[in-house]
Amino acid sequence: FQYCLSGHPTLPCNVLKFKSTTIMLDCGLDMTSTLNFLPLPLVQSPRLSKLPGWVLKDGSTFLDKELKECSGHVFVDSVPEFCLPETELLDLSTVDVILISNYHCMMALPYITEYTGFTGTVYATEPTVQIGRLLMEELVNSIERVPKAQSASMWKNKEVQRLLPAPLKDAVEVSMWRKCYTMPEVNAALSKIQLVGYSQKIELFGAVQVTPLSSGYALGSSNWIIQSHYEKVSYVSGSSLLTTHPQPMDQASLKNSDVLILTGLTQIPTANPDGMVAEFCSNLAMTVRNGGNVLVPCYPSGVIYDLLECLYQYIDSAGLSNVPFYFISPVANSSLEFSQIFAEWLCHNKQTKVYLPEPPFPHAELIQTNKLKHYPSIHGDFSNDFKQPCVVFTGHPSLRFGDVVHFMELWGKSSLNTVIFTEPDFSYLDALAPYQPLAMKCVYCPIDTRLNFIQVSKLLKEVQPLHVVCPEQYTQPPPTQSHRTDLMIDCQPPPMSYRRAEVLTLPYKRRYEKIEIMPELADSLVPLEIKPGISLATVSAVLHTKDNKHVLQLPPKPPQPPTGKKRKRVSDDVPECKPLKPLLSGSIPVDQFVQTLEKHGFSDVKVEDTAKGHIVLLQEAETLIQIEEDSTHIICDNDEPLRVKLRDLVLKFLQKF
Amino acid sequence: MPEIKVTPLGAGQDVGRSCILVSIAGKNVMLDCGMHMGYNDDRRFPDFSYITQNGRLTDFLDCVIISHFHLDHCGALPYFSEMVGYDGPIYMTHPTKAICPILLEDYRKITVDKKGEINFFTSQMIKDCMKKVVAVHLHQTVQVDEELEIKAYYAGHVLGAAMFQIKVGCESVVYTGDYNMTPDRHLGAAWIDKCRPDLLISESTYATTIRDSKRCRERDFLKKVHETVERGGKVLIPVFALGRAQELCILLETFWERMNLKAPIYFSTGLTEKANHYYKLFITWTNQKIRKTFVQRNMFEFKHIKAFDRAFADNPGPMVVFATPGMLHAGQSLQIFKKWAGNEKNMVIMPGYCVQGTVGHKILSGQRKLEMEGRQILEVKMQVEYMSFSAHADAKGIMQLIRQAEPRNVLLVHGEAKKMEFLKQKIEQEFHVNCYMPANGETTTIFTNPSIPVDISLGLLKRETAIGLLPDVKKPQLMHGTLMMKDNSFRLVSPEQALKELGLAEHQLRFTCRVHIQDPWKEHETVLRVYNHLKGVLKDYSVQHLPDGSITVESILIQATAHSEDQGTKVLLVSWTYQDEELGSYLTSLLKKGLPPSTS
Repeated sequence: FQYCLSGHPTLPCNVLKFKSTTIMLDCGLDMTSTLNFLPLPLVQSPRLSKLPGWVLKDGSTFLDKELKECSGHVFVDSVPEFCLPETELLDLSTVDVILISNYHCMMALPYITEYTGFTGTVYATEPTVQIGRLLMEELVNSIERVPKAQSASMWKNKEVQRLLPAPLKDAVEVSMWRKCYTMPEVNAALSKIQLVGYSQKIELFGAVQVTPLSSGYALGSSNWIIQSHYEKVSYVSGSSLLTTHPQPMDQASLKNSDVLILTGLTQIPTANPDGMVAEFCSNLAMTVRNGGNVLVPCYPSGVIYDLLECLYQYIDSAGLSNVPFYFISPVANSSLEFSQIFAEWLCHNKQTKVYLPEPPFPHAELIQTNKLKHYPSIHGDFSNDFKQPCVVFTGHPSLRFGDVVHFMELWGKSSLNTVIFTEPDFSYLDALAPYQPLAMKCVYCPIDTRLNFIQVSKLLKEVQPLHVVCPEQYTQPPPTQSHRTDLMIDCQPPPMSYRRAEVLTLPYKRRYEKIEIMPELADSLVPLEIKPGISLATVSAVLHTKDNKHVLQLPPKPPQPPTGKKRKRVSDDVPECKPLKPLLSGSIPVDQFVQTLEKHGFSDVKVEDTAKGHIVLLQEAETLIQIEEDSTHIICDNDEPLRVKLRDLVLKFLQKF
Repeated sequence: MPEIKVTPLGAGQDVGRSCILVSIAGKNVMLDCGMHMGYNDDRRFPDFSYITQNGRLTDFLDCVIISHFHLDHCGALPYFSEMVGYDGPIYMTHPTKAICPILLEDYRKITVDKKGEINFFTSQMIKDCMKKVVAVHLHQTVQVDEELEIKAYYAGHVLGAAMFQIKVGCESVVYTGDYNMTPDRHLGAAWIDKCRPDLLISESTYATTIRDSKRCRERDFLKKVHETVERGGKVLIPVFALGRAQELCILLETFWERMNLKAPIYFSTGLTEKANHYYKLFITWTNQKIRKTFVQRNMFEFKHIKAFDRAFADNPGPMVVFATPGMLHAGQSLQIFKKWAGNEKNMVIMPGYCVQGTVGHKILSGQRKLEMEGRQILEVKMQVEYMSFSAHADAKGIMQLIRQAEPRNVLLVHGEAKKMEFLKQKIEQEFHVNCYMPANGETTTIFTNPSIPVDISLGLLKRETAIGLLPDVKKPQLMHGTLMMKDNSFRLVSPEQALKELGLAEHQLRFTCRVHIQDPWKEHETVLRVYNHLKGVLKDYSVQHLPDGSITVESILIQATAHSEDQGTKVLLVSWTYQDEELGSYLTSLLKKGLPPSTS
């Protein structure tokens, strides 16, 4: 079974029940909910604090403390909140393990591990954990450093929410929205993670084996194979076939899957990442040349490494050598340092550099030559060093919190400046809404290296899974481009789709299981060749099952009958266990059978033909043997030695199974 | 019976030239390919002609595994792959792959450029050799081919050192390489799971040593260095460029900082800075503490330790110098040693093991007059100290690893015969497993007894486990099936399914026995009496009295009729199939004895 807990196709959270284990696949946190909130300014913003309260059509003002209006949009004036994965669909304390595919897909982890009674283990690669920690640290830091007195909740009332304008009116499960977790919760959650490496086979309770594979999307990003001896489920989440910095995607290991769960495709299927990077560079150069500043709202890890590498090659030729680049984040330094120590998780070219030994990313040189400077925040050293025009990389891409809010307020009024959106997770128009009216130029260059639909169909042809399972969004064209039927998954049989809070039965059928035959038992078996190339042996053995592993052993020898003087009770002779005799097959040729009987001293054998076969009569012994094509019936008096003799003669003609 | 064969070509009852051949389930694997530091002739490399006389090595070996970058484990690799000729895969971890070629090049330079040897491997050969290397991650299962898989575990001995599990089917061998069971200043401790290999091949450098706590040794080391420097002496610490050097540098660096000392510390050879750079880039392979704090303070960026220049050796006043190589057998460490040996104020600290034949070994065994080249006699007046900082497991550590992995057999290499003998006895006593210690060229054969994995049909398994769930679990439940063997595939199915798959019909064999008993009662009363009797005796069986007047015991049918001539005699017809043979036979003999006298 698969339980879908998140409706966001790139921030998935599914639970798989597979062979008596309960496995959560990713733990994505939908942060688009924060777009409904007002930004958190680092320094008092007169503009934001003067925004008018929202008034209902009938003039009632009871919500004007909670909701503010800006250029026709309504925002919640409160600490931003996130939309959690579904927690009611199944008891999350029964989850045995959580598999994380990349650092973007683990942001809901503290909510799951700290609030649901979860007692299991989380598996992730080392870069995923380290960079995931940085993302969480930045998130917690940017929200906690701007304490907000107000926590709005009245608007969440169902009766009230109905009256609100879109998109607030349509926001789903607002009662489930939660404030950000704290650093102690992050640390507690991360302490439950066990580090794994690519192609490491991890046994779960002896029943299931899980293996992370390189997915090519980010440092340490992985797809997962979940398999038993006879079923294989591949979980593909956030994969890329482009050569950027991470190790390339391992496609071959996905072959022979019974089920392939496909999530985390590109969010911008129509944009080519290379073209976007070129556009990014030229817009950046143009703005700076005209004396303006460039703001790049971004995450502290990931695409920023590639952007810095492009700029490293570009700035000299574009005459930007004297323009300062600033990277501002509480984790900027850590992110830049960490990127240099994961040689084993990098693409071949970068690995080779480490062997020299040189740092794999050229941003080390940018820092050394003072072209790139990093600061934990706009306060402190930065305010002394700050020179304009400049380029600033900072978070958060939602423009609702973090140092980016300050730069939006600072630079928004001048049309010389440009904000360039590179992260694909948030609609840039929604992100900008609370800053309107805006004089600053806005450029949208979303860079999403994850698989597009053409690559997906190639991949599926290559690895040929029996069934594909994916979020429902991938089974139809995007709502804004309903004519683009090429922007959906096309495969045979058609994919099974799921949506938030849905349970899906996965189509796999098991017919076999692994069992081990102990060497002593194996030695005792007597194989018989029944047909050319096919041998059979009947096995009678004791089955032991422990930790989901089955073992067959020799049956114990029957204990020696006690030689006591006491007369045994009748019931002592009752056969102890029930050793079933094997099945028989074959047929008995009457003539040969009669010959055999005669050879063994039966002189008065008489044969009668019947409709279906023969009857062999032993007159003296008053015994009758009915022989048919597939049955033999011996009818005799209670003469055990005779019966046993006849039985053994019959068995000579038959094969045992 | 399946067997595993092990032949050391080097490191059999010896330290140096590690090279061990393993044959397991038809696969041949070579573990390490080292050189011997005690020899300068043919004996420095393993004798590869042992593997095959005229065939190609590539055809004979399925893969080569290198445990770490020390030359006694990888020094013969370019000779082996490029001069003898091997084109198959060579496996090592990423740091080993990065550092190994540098040490090989260093070794080549000393041998060819300094000693003027010819017919040695070239720089190009080192490069070509490294192209055959496949880098592996820790814990990654590498499928060498369909059957053979290998897996690396952290060994802690030097940066990138690994233990390797070699597995074919359910047979497996673990080779430890060199390992360290206690974390040190820069590396973590070796770790392996309870993988229960058929054979554990362990190093045994410190087979008889049980070392005191690391902290004591460190304090001792610092005290000695400090005292020497205080009285104006010079301290020489011969080290290998990578490994102990970094650990001791960290130690001195922090001590100098804490004590605010001013005496200079130098590190010889250009390799240093490069070496430290490797540590920075592969910081994920160091210990937890360094990994945790590296963003704030990188432990491999030293403030007090500076590069050494040859001229500094004659400077007056105290100093501490780390110089390579570690066994004082050549190079800068030997040069400095010669310069400083005559002054009793100075001190040389040997932080690691020294192979026989080296100057290091000589002075450690108490020799104070050394014959140098040109018959010069060098008198050693400086203090000689030995402090075991080399990161090998001691006896306690080796036992601990055996406890962790639970092998069925143990084989010792990389140690001295006498010490091995002692440890071998200890292992056999404590773990009740066989322990071997073959000499070079001697083959040890270990018989394994693997169980055979087969596919069991789910139907059969479910049927049997359902029976197994009955309350009486003390009696072992027998399961019956038919093992079908076809083209090397083994499937265990129910007999019915086997017949069906082969397109055969079942032949039913049935017996019907007439049992005559004396019983004067009416027919139906006799039936009832038989029923009660059977019910009383066969408590564990299902005995039923059917409406049509017959009785069933399990699937055995019993009917009673009065004898046609004698109403007092009843004929019981007992009918069963061959599958119920035992019970049917038992019933007839039971009934033949007659019924107990009626109590009613």
